[in-house]
Amino acid sequence: MKVIKIDKNDWTRGIDKSRETYQLFGPVTDKNQSVFKQLGKEAYPEMGRTDTIMSPKSVLFPQTEKILTASLDESVENHHIMQMPETDTTPRAAIGIRPYDAKAVQLVKLNFDTPEYRDTYWCDAYEATTFVGLAVNKPSATDFSTSMGSGPFAEEGLDILLVDLEDHYLAKVLTPKGEAFLDGAGFNGVADTDASLKTIEGMKQAAEAAITTKVPTDKLKDKTILDLHSAPFWDDLAFSCINCGTCTFVCPTCWCFDIQDETKGKSTSRFRNWDSCMSPLFTKHGSGHNPRGEKTQRVRQRFMHKLKYFLDKYDQGSMCVGCGRCVEKCPVNIDIRSICNTMNSYEPQK
Amino acid sequence: MDNPYMPYPVRIDDIEIATEDKSLKTFKFVFLNKEDEEKFSYQAGQFAELSIPGVGEIPIGIASSPVEKGFVKFTVFKTGVVTSHLHNMKVGDIMGIRGPLGNWYPWDKLEGKNVVIIGGGFAFTTLRSSIIYMLDPANRSKFGTIDVVYGARSPGMLLYRDELFEWEQRDDINMHITVDGTDDPDWKYNVGFVPTIVEQKAPKADPDTYAIVCGPPIMIKFTQPALEKLGYGEEQIIMSLENRMKCGIGMCGRCNIGKELVCKDGPVFTLKEINLTPKEY
Ligand SMILES: Cc1cc2nc3c(=O)[nH]c(=O)nc-3n(C[C@H](O)[C@H](O)[C@H](O)COP(=O)(O)OP(=O)(O)OC[C@H]3O[C@@H](n4cnc5c(N)ncnc54)[C@H](O)[C@@H]3O)c2cc1C
Ligand code: SF4
Ligand code: SF4
Ligand code: FES
Repeated sequence: MKVIKIDKNDWTRGIDKSRETYQLFGPVTDKNQSVFKQLGKEAYPEMGRTDTIMSPKSVLFPQTEKILTASLDESVENHHIMQMPETDTTPRAAIGIRPYDAKAVQLVKLNFDTPEYRDTYWCDAYEATTFVGLAVNKPSATDFSTSMGSGPFAEEGLDILLVDLEDHYLAKVLTPKGEAFLDGAGFNGVADTDASLKTIEGMKQAAEAAITTKVPTDKLKDKTILDLHSAPFWDDLAFSCINCGTCTFVCPTCWCFDIQDETKGKSTSRFRNWDSCMSPLFTKHGSGHNPRGEKTQRVRQRFMHKLKYFLDKYDQGSMCVGCGRCVEKCPVNIDIRSICNTMNSYEPQK
Repeated sequence: MDNPYMPYPVRIDDIEIATEDKSLKTFKFVFLNKEDEEKFSYQAGQFAELSIPGVGEIPIGIASSPVEKGFVKFTVFKTGVVTSHLHNMKVGDIMGIRGPLGNWYPWDKLEGKNVVIIGGGFAFTTLRSSIIYMLDPANRSKFGTIDVVYGARSPGMLLYRDELFEWEQRDDINMHITVDGTDDPDWKYNVGFVPTIVEQKAPKADPDTYAIVCGPPIMIKFTQPALEKLGYGEEQIIMSLENRMKCGIGMCGRCNIGKELVCKDGPVFTLKEINLTPKEY
């Protein structure tokens, strides 16, 4: 294990150097909102941010993305035949991504990179990306990542883990991709490995201890989908939901999308756009029939998918990394932590 | 691996009005590139996304049969944006097909078995594909008896009428065609709802008999008890589900019933499997 020491005085210079090879993405303030997006030439990642309102999922999965194009002009060759638009798969780096968000990318990968099909757009973007994580020294009050298989210093899905030590960063080099990024940025001051790892371990324990919320998930596995689905609590849990979709919008592991064609003149493009299981249209048939026409059914779908269907399908834990965004942003305080508790402790009446 | 969102270009080769009210049309497509036809190698029961650039995509069951070569066929009910646009298209128009998608009727498991096909309304498309497949001289000996219960509102609403009447003449398939009602005095076949005809005409269950059921929710709902009365077990009843779809490849997340994605883990399930999932279809 190699650890690199980066003096904060050298940080911007290194970031600028890395732009020669990488398109950079990072946390920035946009219209008073903290988001994770592509950095302009003059922009630097705001490393002091605890959290971005919007998750970094858009680095690999833009809110709207052109996937195919065609000409509708019958006088041109190949009219009405879909073509691949130009896509940019040059190297990119997500700077300052939080460990739970990097874990979320790994969960989303299970959906987009399957034995049967490979989602070209997501997978190409994933392969082009270097994940430069930033450990969370001071977890927010809604962070419950340690209950969800991640944590403030978790390394899964990261190529580099940066740890902020006031006047410098320690960078744990986790993969060859991470090493290449540090080389490209000219960060090459090797730190004493043992001493650094010891420092990092101490900070990790302190950060983990600061997360006092424990959300048990241990009993979800043994209950059946049908028992949980028919549990009596869903109407109560869903009662105050206004179906605004905020929770799905901000969530790093919500990947559902819609596909729509848009035509200008004689040229058309097929786009995919983020969609939300909270919307009634999401499942509405052409006939008008709707399998999840009721609000309760949609709220249940969201939490069952996160906490039970995903678990049963992949046996890789929950489809929630405990970032706490939906808890913080839900206008009516619907809280996945308490819903998870309710589900986990539910004893079906036999 | 290829881009799973990229449709194969096809040309509309023929359009046939399929029912007297013109709400259904059968479209025959040929692939612009011969190699694509080979890549689009499918089994009876699968579906595809019909892809019209500038309009959108719709999941439609494949009505042609794997034993029919040189083209693929789909029968489409006019209901919304994409289906209405398709109904207005002409022979020669270029569009796309993406697939084949989903699983199929369990042909391996059905070998050596008796098969009862039960269909209603316009959900007869993949059942037509299946019948043509089983009746093919190369395949017929692989199956025991074949019974078909197929019903529509009226005689003019039955799909593939010429083929139905031709199958009526054969002695290696037992046809039980029915209509909800008719004022045609010459109607030689059954009158009555599908579940009733199933109860009266379908063979009694035995371990070697399987039923394939495809139809509107109301027909499925009442056919299930009819089959149970005849003694069919949950594993002997095979059904094809429809849910709203977009991607067709298990990624966009809208078509799930519990942890199963109807587009990828289905659309074909046994009743036993369906009984283990929430009824969100
Ligand atoms: C596996 C499967 C097989 C099918 N086979 C046939 C068939 O052989 N013949 C036939 O006529 N119809 C079939 N359908 C139904 C057909 O897909 C819908 O009628 C069609 O998508 C409606 O599209 P629209 O644009 O005209 O309707 P709109 O209401 O304008 O729908 C907009 C979009 O929503 C989606 N959508 C709406 N309704 C449905 C639905 N019921 N199922 C799936 N997606 C939907 C489609 O992406 C559609 O383009 C099948 C559906 C499935 C899932
Ligand atoms: S954010 Fe809250 S109110 Fe809005 S859809 Fe999600 S649970 Fe419902
Ligand atoms: S469900 Fe909520 S807490 Fe869990 S990952 Fe999504 S936004 Fe974060
Ligand atoms: S249609 Fe997209 S997941 Fe099934």
